[in-house]
Amino acid sequence: MPNFFTDNEDLKFHFNRLDLREILAIQEDNYEQKKEFDFAPENYEDAMINLGKTLELIGDISGNKIAPRAASVDEEGAHFKDGIVTYAKGTIENLKELSQADLSGMILPRKYGGLNAPITIYMAAAEIMARADGGLTNIFGLQDIADMIKKYGTEEQKAKYIPKFSTGEHTGAMALTEPDAGSDLQACKLRASQDENGQWRLNGMKRFITNGNGDVHLVLSRTEAGTKDGRGLSMLACYNDDTVVVRRIENKLGIHGSPTCELQYNNTPAELIGNRRFGLIKYTIDLMFRARLGVAAQALGISEAAYGEALKYSKEREQFGKTIYEIPAVKNILLDMRVLLETGRSILYDTAKLVDIKEKLEGKIELLKTAGEPVKDLNDRLKELTKVANLLTPILKYVTTEASNKITYDAIQIHGGTGYMKEFPVERLARDARITNIYEGTSQLQIVAAIGGVINDILKDYFDKKAAKTYSGGLERLNNFLKEIREIFYESLKYVVDRKDNVFQDVAAKDLVELYSYIYTGYLVLEEAEELPRKKFIANRYIITSLANAKKNAESIKSELFSDLLHADEILI
Amino acid sequence: MYNSIVMVKQVPDTANISGKVMKDDGTVNRAKLPAIFNHEDKEALEIALQIKEQYGGTVSVITMGPPRASDMLKECFYMGADKAYLISDRKFAGSDTLATSYVLSEAIKYVGNFDFVFAGRQAIDGDTAQVGPQTAEKLNLSQVTYVEEILNVKNNVARIKRKIDGGQEVVDAQLPVLLTVIKGAQEPRPFSAKKIMIYKSAKTLLDLEKIANENSLLYLDELVQEYKDKNLYIETLSTTDLSEIDDTRIGLHGSPTKVHKVESVVLSGGEVTKIEPTEEGIGALIDELLNDHILG
Repeated sequence: MPNFFTDNEDLKFHFNRLDLREILAIQEDNYEQKKEFDFAPENYEDAMINLGKTLELIGDISGNKIAPRAASVDEEGAHFKDGIVTYAKGTIENLKELSQADLSGMILPRKYGGLNAPITIYMAAAEIMARADGGLTNIFGLQDIADMIKKYGTEEQKAKYIPKFSTGEHTGAMALTEPDAGSDLQACKLRASQDENGQWRLNGMKRFITNGNGDVHLVLSRTEAGTKDGRGLSMLACYNDDTVVVRRIENKLGIHGSPTCELQYNNTPAELIGNRRFGLIKYTIDLMFRARLGVAAQALGISEAAYGEALKYSKEREQFGKTIYEIPAVKNILLDMRVLLETGRSILYDTAKLVDIKEKLEGKIELLKTAGEPVKDLNDRLKELTKVANLLTPILKYVTTEASNKITYDAIQIHGGTGYMKEFPVERLARDARITNIYEGTSQLQIVAAIGGVINDILKDYFDKKAAKTYSGGLERLNNFLKEIREIFYESLKYVVDRKDNVFQDVAAKDLVELYSYIYTGYLVLEEAEELPRKKFIANRYIITSLANAKKNAESIKSELFSDLLHADEILI
Repeated sequence: MYNSIVMVKQVPDTANISGKVMKDDGTVNRAKLPAIFNHEDKEALEIALQIKEQYGGTVSVITMGPPRASDMLKECFYMGADKAYLISDRKFAGSDTLATSYVLSEAIKYVGNFDFVFAGRQAIDGDTAQVGPQTAEKLNLSQVTYVEEILNVKNNVARIKRKIDGGQEVVDAQLPVLLTVIKGAQEPRPFSAKKIMIYKSAKTLLDLEKIANENSLLYLDELVQEYKDKNLYIETLSTTDLSEIDDTRIGLHGSPTKVHKVESVVLSGGEVTKIEPTEEGIGALIDELLNDHILG
């Protein structure tokens, strides 16, 4: 009876140290909802008990139901026949149970049948579920579509779309990508125009749409004819009716349970969500924020599964008269995996909390504005938080998804030849992890998103404060290493800035962002090590490894390695 | 509309036995074992809930057990039960299947108003499969055992699929009827998160007595009323509530069964006999099996 929440000591550690007071006070209308809904919490403590129990439930379903089906879901995959997409048998059972358990609308308002859980806990749910089945998290995570409608739709639209997401009758799809608009979404062409009755109609193609067979689509569409950039795009909601044709589903490397569709909209009736022209610059960016958090959680869950498999196998497999776990080189790989896993989790919950509070403040400001109350102070705070979230979300996604690829790769390595075979789950985990550093913005795009904040050193005050603290015992030594990494960062940054060369800055960005991530993550684990003695080992290995990596990053920047970009055409024959 | 009563039991997790679990009187020391919801009972509850969904009605669950069995009753609420009864009294301690079925039948009479009584085929601690049938006898109800599925209910007749050796049998039963449900019949649904949030605070009389004892400002009857009003009261029955009960038929007194010893038997092969794949070889094997009374 494995429970993927209660058996995960590290996840429980994070859950128990979460302080969601501010987030929940806003989310729960100061606990006024109890009057209307018998399942609403009475106070903060009660809310945390409810959330803990919800994670236990997800842990139970994930460990006992979803995980045992994962191999068959991977093997069977989603089907496509005569224009109809059907999920794998296991996926159908998984979704049924999630809706029976009231989890289909985990983050949706109670008023519309949801559980009203905060984003931070939703991320824990995604992590737990992804450990069982990486692809399932995609469909589960598309309750974000209903959440977007909650944030930006009219009262009428909310009442129309959200309740069926909560019951699990409807799933969603986020239709952004087109054949010629992938990373560059400004190039979207799908046309939305109003017919003689003022009804919006969609015409055009979307590609690589996760769960494109879902019932409600949010479609990034060009409403302003003649425009070419992002300012001509709006967000429209439509039902997946007969006018929407699934042309094909992709035959993918991994996440086979999650169908990826090519869609054609033929005069599909749709309605505008929010304001015209805000489709990309506001709503898509908002969706992506959340989707990036979600992918990070998914990657972490897959990493947890792979690490677990590797550890178990290493303790069972005997070679040279002992378990391979006893071989120092193997143990060393496992230690690296464990450190990557735990530090990734530290970033996930720190960033998720930040995005969570940012979203809650946005909602609160809207309400105050409507009531005609002053919002200046809150607005200032929101601006500050948004700046930091804009930096940390891409760092989180970059670090955790790259780590997931590394961890799953190493998990195969520890299994040796066995790991290459389909009989063991690690090859599936590696295939599932492979998409995480590609979709919702590739790793390279995360670097682009993060580099501005890194160059402006927007965590400077935060780092200064952390550095000035006194740490107990051997941890002070680690603080000194982190200070050293900071010096390396500043030297490297100065070197790049002084060059005043955009091409150079572009390629050096990866090293700079990595350097910054070591400091950020380093201080997170240092703080955890003050709370839990075992974490000292994690902090120690992470920070010492990071110092070595920092020197390498700095060396790459300063060694003029990138100068050969000028000669790329001669080298790349 | 059909009302169901489901008999459920909290059982020791026999898959995880450790330490001294047998008391000197031959009964199980439950405190030494983690307690779980007997799986066949959970499947029985699932079938009752399906009946409720399809035809309407209510689902009540009853258990006879120690105070901590209330954890399992809450789980019944989490799945969708409407009402829960804990039958708990020190006088019931040490009851065998005869005494237990007697108490349960009295409790079912107390609850009343039912069309179906469900039970799991057997509990994993005793494996007797006697309580369901004995309860049916005492209530003078017809019974169907080894139930896998209720195909339909029409005009007070339930069409039921039950497992038999080598296949299945479909039988019709006039309501009211008692059914015992076999493992693998119906996969129990997951708990509902909303119901967990509501019923996590459900309390038995014993829980409320404890709260009242610890706080002199609280009066038990007011507390009980408060929890009843909130629909969070687990009805708690003792011998006092079951006024008709005959004290000589319950507990150790009322239990003719005495367990002397339970041991874990590990079967292991001692010697290996090689049988030649010839007529003679196989003939010799059959003779040996006949002599050992394994065949024949």
